[in-house]
Amino acid sequence: MKPASFAYHRPTSLDDALALLARYGSEGRVLAGGQSLVPALNMRLATPAALIDINRLPGLDGIVVKGDMVVIGALARHDAVEHSALVARHAPLIAQAMPHVGHRAIRVRGTMGGSVALADPAAELPACLLALDAVVRVAGPGGAREIPVARFFRGIYTTDLREGEIVTAVAAPVTRPGWRSRFDELARRHGDYALVGLAAHCRMGDGVIAEACLAFCGVGSVPVRAAHTEAALAGRSLEPAALAEATRALESDLDPPGDLHASPALRRHLASVLLARSLAALGRA
Amino acid sequence: MEETVLISLIVNGASVRCRVEPRESLVDFLRYELELTGSHVGCEHGVCGACSVRVDGAVVRGCLMLAVQCDGSRVDTIEGVAATGEARDLQQAFALENALQCGFCTPGMLLTAQDLLARRPNPSPEEIREALSGNYCRCTGYHAIVAAVRRAAEARARA
Repeated sequence: MKPASFAYHRPTSLDDALALLARYGSEGRVLAGGQSLVPALNMRLATPAALIDINRLPGLDGIVVKGDMVVIGALARHDAVEHSALVARHAPLIAQAMPHVGHRAIRVRGTMGGSVALADPAAELPACLLALDAVVRVAGPGGAREIPVARFFRGIYTTDLREGEIVTAVAAPVTRPGWRSRFDELARRHGDYALVGLAAHCRMGDGVIAEACLAFCGVGSVPVRAAHTEAALAGRSLEPAALAEATRALESDLDPPGDLHASPALRRHLASVLLARSLAALGRA
Repeated sequence: MEETVLISLIVNGASVRCRVEPRESLVDFLRYELELTGSHVGCEHGVCGACSVRVDGAVVRGCLMLAVQCDGSRVDTIEGVAATGEARDLQQAFALENALQCGFCTPGMLLTAQDLLARRPNPSPEEIREALSGNYCRCTGYHAIVAAVRRAAEARARA
């Protein structure tokens, strides 16, 4: 028995879950898929007084298209998102990223809401949501609100979520004609966290990149939009000179950390490799 | 001592009712309370795959689920899968290909491979490697394991 003791609650309505969160304050943790929280419990990196298991809350696991948004419920399992025809058609970037998320045994448990609320800077989904200009929907004591992803991720494992709030869904704009997506990452072993990952969503036309939305994971404390690179690519054809300029711009967009897994210089290099590969693939598609 | 919670679930086809501490992992529950020691405890943070079990038909990490979460669920371990014989050919293929040595990873490998073959009856070696990439073997090495899964897949295709 490895985790420290905790009380366990399994609310059956969102209101009950929010009431429990209010009761425990920062001593309560939400248990969704548990694929990151339970390791932290096992290693006693997390020692909450109570777990609030939201796995049986009804109505939070849907994947639907509403208007011009793809809405993925917080309890949608990665495996369900990976195999969703709606996601493949309307948010192909997310579908492409899914096989990179852990292993299948992790994906059958892990959830969209959990991945977003955890805010691991190396995780794939936050970068995808950032590239797509998605929003995070949350519920809390002050009611429901919607936060643009660009403002949601604040730091390592830190988000805009306030005490007592729960992520209920993410919503991404339905992809439009002319837009193409490509997710790719470099990791030492498949299923490991990426050293660097790139979520690319670009509008292509007449052999040029009309608009580029590029979000990197694994290169900082939050997923990073490469704004200078996007600007350098806009309206350019996929010729070597444009790629060279974009690669130079990338230098100013990224300030990656060095750690046990990779130096800053290696991460910069890998980011430029991913950029070149992804743009080439988008051009071919 | 924290409060215990009464759970009831189906383990390998049999009804089980038991009081558990909320912090007890599924794999520890299976091993200590039910004495089903075929599921092994390796890394305890979801990396090695030795604790793989099936919960409601899906292969999961037994160290990353709490027993209390399995209230009302159907859990199948390697003991149950061996008893029904559903993976007997796969087990034989592992023996024929020398795909196990110490055997610590084997229950997780078998459950994961069985899950793969149920979804993709004729996987390529690359697909087998991808499917088993979350299960670590530290002695035999992977060539023999991949060969064993291929052998079982080919035999099932002929059957």
